[in-house]
Amino acid sequence: MRQLPASGVSILDTEEALIRTPGVERNITSAPAPAQEAIRIPPEEAVFRLKDVGAWYGQKHALSDINLDIPLKRVTALIGPSGCGKSTLLRCLNRMNDLIPSARIEGRVEYHGANIYDRGVDPVEVRRRIGMVFQKPNPFPKSIYDNVAFGARVNGIKGNMDEIVERALHQAAIWDEVKNDLRKSGLALSGGQQQRLCIARALAVQPDVILMDEPCSALDPIATLKIEDLIRELTQDFTIVIVTHNMQQAARVSDYTAFLLAAEHGLNGHLIEYGPTTEIFTNPRDRRTEDYITGRFG
Amino acid sequence: MASQPIILRASDAVARRQLVSRLSRYLFLGSTLIGVCVLVVLAYDTIATGASRFSFDFITNYPSRFSEKAGVRPGVLGTLWVLAVTVVASIPVAIGTAIWIEEFAPRNRFITIVKINLANLAGVPSIIYGILGLAIFVRFYDMKQSILAGGLTLALMIIPMTVIAAQEAIRQVPPSLRDGALALGATRWQSVRHNVLPNAIPGIMTGIILAVSRAAGETAALIMIGGFTFIRFDPGPPPVNFDALLDSFTVLPIQIYGYTIDSRREFQANASAGIIVLMIGVMTLNLIAAVIRERFRRY
Amino acid sequence: MSVTPESFGGMTEALRKRALGHPGEVLIMALLVSCAAVSLITTALIVGVLVRESATFFQDVSFSEFFLETEWQPLFEPVSFGIWELVAGTLNVTFWALVIAVPLGLATAVYLSEYAHPNTRKLLKPVLEALAGVPTVVYAYFGLTFVTQEVLRPLLGTENVPVFNALAASIMLAVMILPTIASISEDAMSNVPRDLREAAYGLGSTRLEVAIRVVFPAALSGIIASILLAIARVVGETMIVAILAGSTPNMTLNPLSGVQTMTGFMLQVGLGDTQRGTVDYQALFAVGMMLFLITLLFNIAAYFFVRRYREEYE
Repeated sequence: MRQLPASGVSILDTEEALIRTPGVERNITSAPAPAQEAIRIPPEEAVFRLKDVGAWYGQKHALSDINLDIPLKRVTALIGPSGCGKSTLLRCLNRMNDLIPSARIEGRVEYHGANIYDRGVDPVEVRRRIGMVFQKPNPFPKSIYDNVAFGARVNGIKGNMDEIVERALHQAAIWDEVKNDLRKSGLALSGGQQQRLCIARALAVQPDVILMDEPCSALDPIATLKIEDLIRELTQDFTIVIVTHNMQQAARVSDYTAFLLAAEHGLNGHLIEYGPTTEIFTNPRDRRTEDYITGRFG
Repeated sequence: MASQPIILRASDAVARRQLVSRLSRYLFLGSTLIGVCVLVVLAYDTIATGASRFSFDFITNYPSRFSEKAGVRPGVLGTLWVLAVTVVASIPVAIGTAIWIEEFAPRNRFITIVKINLANLAGVPSIIYGILGLAIFVRFYDMKQSILAGGLTLALMIIPMTVIAAQEAIRQVPPSLRDGALALGATRWQSVRHNVLPNAIPGIMTGIILAVSRAAGETAALIMIGGFTFIRFDPGPPPVNFDALLDSFTVLPIQIYGYTIDSRREFQANASAGIIVLMIGVMTLNLIAAVIRERFRRY
Repeated sequence: MSVTPESFGGMTEALRKRALGHPGEVLIMALLVSCAAVSLITTALIVGVLVRESATFFQDVSFSEFFLETEWQPLFEPVSFGIWELVAGTLNVTFWALVIAVPLGLATAVYLSEYAHPNTRKLLKPVLEALAGVPTVVYAYFGLTFVTQEVLRPLLGTENVPVFNALAASIMLAVMILPTIASISEDAMSNVPRDLREAAYGLGSTRLEVAIRVVFPAALSGIIASILLAIARVVGETMIVAILAGSTPNMTLNPLSGVQTMTGFMLQVGLGDTQRGTVDYQALFAVGMMLFLITLLFNIAAYFFVRRYREEYE
């Protein structure tokens, strides 16, 4: 576990560097906007460009003013205390929030230049390219084979299904453990294996991006390490965005980290700081980031 | 590598799948509405045919050769008395059984058999209960084809479903209520009587009312007991004595059946008027049950 | 205050009395157990009555005639007691009732569970439950006065549709069991955990695909239980078939002919004047025995499927 240096860190006083968005009323309890310097644009090609993205659940304003670029074939981590909106933000990236009737999104979420919330965009097309792994492993009550083949079948992916399934299970680093009986039920595996099965299931659809919502929080430390290794491997071919409440995990696994904070639980989540993981953890530019990372709150 | 602009509109394959999905919504909705439609048509047809005959006189008249004068008086009274016997006979037994199974019975193979037995009895055809009642109450206990025999037969028929409903209601009571009482030194019966039962009462009552509603509409079992008779008197009390329960009887559903199969066309209106009377009773009971369930819904 | 040996003995005494409970409680226990015994006694009596009275029947009619003959003609020459003709009648109406009710019931369940807005669901579920409470004699009346006259005959031609036909009975039976199938299946589908649906949507499925390829298979044991219960109810139903399907035994699955079911025959005996002790009267109990065994089979099967579906998700 990496220890963060206690002193010698230069901190910009963000209160004075505030840039307020004109015309929008801010109440005193909302978290102030991040300093420009606190949001760094990655030099790699951007897969996602979020522009002024906000999210509502009914009347509850969950996220506001998110401006962020997610780089290609890197791991980007979203961190922050509970209720800061990181899961909401993740789910904005593949239109999973559509499933919640009261959810509303504003702003632009550009995926390779195309706004996924444009009129006429089909969410099915979006989700084929942007896969998701959930916090609690959720394999279908079907065989291992049918779990992995499900997405491929539904999306009409051509090819030999046996090969597709085997390749996905290899990519998810679980082939050796299950190759002897693919007809076994997905539910008969251990927690860590189930999660890797879910990853294989997402991979079989041949996506471009994989979103992971706290994928290890329900797993034991050994399973967690296996999945973290897997994540690093997967960046050769995929872009990964991972939400985690475990800062050490973010530090271990990600290339870029975004830190979010909300005024109150579930209300007004803002992006405070975003940049290369090494910089965030050794030299954060916003005082609140430093406070969170050193454990003063959260 | 410059990024190519991505088209996220539905491709042909996806568009097809989405279209099928959207159309399926209307298919499923249509299917659902068919059931609703049947209910509506049924209600409309019955009311249209029977409204002319339905009146206070209809309820108070005896059957007659003349369709305009023929009424359902013996059936209504018979139903009331038979249900009275049913309720008195079945409620204590059903509640007692449910309490014993849920609270006191040891958890072993025997209890499983009791539960399976109850589930099966709930599904035994009503005509078989009719045969049972015929053999046991009418013949063996020599109650003859009477209100008492009919009421007891229906009691046996509705006990299983009432037990199952009462079991459900008792199970819904949170364990903390039971444990709290026991921790204070109460005996198990005391915790049941003072903590569990009062909270389970709404659910139990709902179950009882629905079971009685079921018994009110029962025809076949009571035909086997001998309820299909042409009666021109008031079955049952007064006079208020035990012999009154040994009167011959008929019930409303059987009278409806009689009018239905009557080949004389003019009696059809009597059948539908009888149905209106019966449905008013049944729906009132179901409504009361639904109201109780909603009002006391805590979980 | 210390626990002395003497006071300790006194406490044990008090605790022991507590464990036994008040003497009144023993009485209450006995009362409760006897209540539970009623249901066991009921089953014993049913079996006892059916067996004893069937025994009288089987003194006159051989088992081979009962189970191997294909004509059921208890009254007129040539007298024959082949049960299969009645079973065929029951099978006929049951089959066609299921053909109508299973697709409609499951479609209703899928709609309510996967597509309907919560407010729509709140409106429609009570309507379904209202249908479930209608006495069967009402369905019988409706079938007789409306279905055959206004629907079947105009649609299919009066020559093709006899007054008593299995189809009218099947239609009303389907209406009777539709709420059962829809309600229990919808329950089973609603209990499928949300995260399975999310996983499927996340893989790029449409709503229909999620409903049919994930939710439906996951809810299968509950759905099967609902169908088994519906079958048991149809097989045991009397008034609808007696009034609509007729009282002429007929070995056919053709819905457009009159048939007599097991229950229909039993009602006929109950209504009639046949003498106790005669063969045609005692046939009532033999047929009743068959009916009891068949419904027993389906009820027990349903019980195990319900248990399986409850274990999976609760």
